[in-house]
Amino acid sequence: MKKITLSHGSGGRLTHELIRELFLKNFGNPSLDKLGDSAFIDMAGKKLAYTTDSFVVRPIFFPGGDIGRLAVSGTVNDLCVSGARPRYLSCAMIVEEGFGYDELRKITVSIKSACEQAGVDVVTGDFKVVEKGGADKIFINTSGVGEVYKNADLSMDRIRPGDKIILSGTAGDHAASILLAREDLKFRARIFSDCAPLNGLVSSVMCRGIKFMRDPTRGGLATTLNEISAALGRDIFIEEASIPVRSSVRALCEILGFDPLYMANEGKVVAIVSPESAMGVLNKMKKHPLGRSCGIIGEVTGDKGGGVYMKTRIGGARILDMLTGEQLPRIC
Amino acid sequence: MKYVDEFRNFKIARDIAGAISSHARGLGGVNFMEVCGTHTMAVERFGIRRMLPRDINLISGPGCPVCVTPKDYIDRAIGLAGIKDVTVASFGDMLKVPGSDSTLAQERGKGKVRVVYSVLDAMDFAAKNPDKKIVFLGIGFETTVPTVAASMELARKRKIRNFFVYSGHKVMPPAMDLLARDKRINIQGFLCPAHVSAVIGTGPYAGISKKYKIPCVISGFEPLDILQSILMLVKQLKSGRSEVENQYARVVRRSGNRKALALMSRVFSEGDSEWRGMGIIPKSGLSVNKAYSDLDAGKVFRLPRVITRPDKGCVCGEVLKGIKTPRDCRLFGKSCTPENPRGACMVSGEGACAAYYRYRK
Repeated sequence: MKKITLSHGSGGRLTHELIRELFLKNFGNPSLDKLGDSAFIDMAGKKLAYTTDSFVVRPIFFPGGDIGRLAVSGTVNDLCVSGARPRYLSCAMIVEEGFGYDELRKITVSIKSACEQAGVDVVTGDFKVVEKGGADKIFINTSGVGEVYKNADLSMDRIRPGDKIILSGTAGDHAASILLAREDLKFRARIFSDCAPLNGLVSSVMCRGIKFMRDPTRGGLATTLNEISAALGRDIFIEEASIPVRSSVRALCEILGFDPLYMANEGKVVAIVSPESAMGVLNKMKKHPLGRSCGIIGEVTGDKGGGVYMKTRIGGARILDMLTGEQLPRIC
Repeated sequence: MKYVDEFRNFKIARDIAGAISSHARGLGGVNFMEVCGTHTMAVERFGIRRMLPRDINLISGPGCPVCVTPKDYIDRAIGLAGIKDVTVASFGDMLKVPGSDSTLAQERGKGKVRVVYSVLDAMDFAAKNPDKKIVFLGIGFETTVPTVAASMELARKRKIRNFFVYSGHKVMPPAMDLLARDKRINIQGFLCPAHVSAVIGTGPYAGISKKYKIPCVISGFEPLDILQSILMLVKQLKSGRSEVENQYARVVRRSGNRKALALMSRVFSEGDSEWRGMGIIPKSGLSVNKAYSDLDAGKVFRLPRVITRPDKGCVCGEVLKGIKTPRDCRLFGKSCTPENPRGACMVSGEGACAAYYRYRK
């Protein structure tokens, strides 16, 4: 009998298959079928972006953030990369019986401060308690509505060969921070999650030269690039040496046999930008605190295949495939 | 990152690749086997094949511990997880290996399987949960065996009585001997494993290089290590030598790690062992000594009887021996993928099929 495994939720190939086989088949409609980070809806003459996300992170408090900050950033960022200014959020919590009142207060205050940073309001919500064992401490769902920027013209159809791929900062910080906190690995280095709302960064660079954006969360940069190249039907070429990765994150990955390019980020954006606008976007991005280590990591090529290729640090070349299943620590 | 970036230097890599090309001229086609799965992974991850002349053919060897673990071991491990009070603790890569009917990953859903990062995590979990019986799946070569042996001594010292090891441990040299003998593979050089050699030293390869006239170079895992080791193999062939050379001298000593070897022999003894796809190889496995039988899950628990069904169409055995490449398998990339592996070589990130699938397709 086929069962749901953790791999179905890892954001990799199995997740995509499940979405196609179950959800698109049953819910399919023009807004959903695009499978964007947000759906676009026209209401009263205004173009709105609408999205939702659930947060089940363990541990709920980690260096650089907590489940509350994550719940705001995640939804806000999905709106941002859709070219929208986030305005209103909903927030629903499912809490396990016996959860600490003070912990819930801490999470609530964290949601408040993340909302202030992002300039959004929680305008509706829900609160449920389930029996002990019915949930793992606390689950949060948020959904958000935003107004599409007037100067945004994001559409995959506009992407051409030669367009540059910009990454706003270091890869893999969030997943590395969670991994360290979760497994209590005896590492002296502290790795902080990059978890942050991106609306400030995105609004500071938004221009017509930006053709597409996505936040490389679950499945990491490699998965995001694969999604883009598959949807485009064009190859993407990147250079390993130009992808910024914190040395502490690299060290952790080397030891555990993980690849930072497959590790989740919660405060990064990948932008595909016309060659003429690339330097301008890069300069503006560098001025924003969340974009200081941004860089051009590669480009869209003219080859039609829909794969991601990477020139390795030592000058070899390889395919950068989609994440398959979970990354599991290796034996030796 | 210090001590890593130095071994991934672009310019030096290019220079060594150039030297390999010029020294390999006139050799004709040669087959080198990288024995260890970590080498296979590094070769693919850094795109090393594309830096070598076409005449040099790298064959992936049997050095992925997950891949060579036979199916009935998995079936028994799943059976162990089914015993009341038993929790099976394992390294992550074992979870997806297909048994006859299930995988440990599927059993994890029932809460009886736990992923650990080290054998000590498993032992600590046992100490904290005295009402449970923790069985650690002892998989791996000489690299991991000493740590498992140490944990067993420690468990005894700390009087942790609910920690057990189910040993599927193997040692590498007998398998290399078998491969060296096989004319179909025709190996002309071995890239010997790095960390296995850190434990066993350089001695165990001497017999292989002498008996079969095959050059052996112990190689580190970084791309420059691998390139330099390939260059050393090419130079040996060119000058008609077949010796054991140690490229990984910054870690591997001639005599190996005596302390680790002594520890291993206190707890384990060599015996015949089945390798997936390769059959039973004499003196290639490690079973728990009598003195430690109270920690030996194979003795303490009545191992479930399992009926193991052979894999139909899977050529993992030939892939592990280097006779076939993953592409020669009719399941590869079709019914056998990393999400849904049929053979063990597709499961572990270090397996030849998974490496092929991920980096080359």
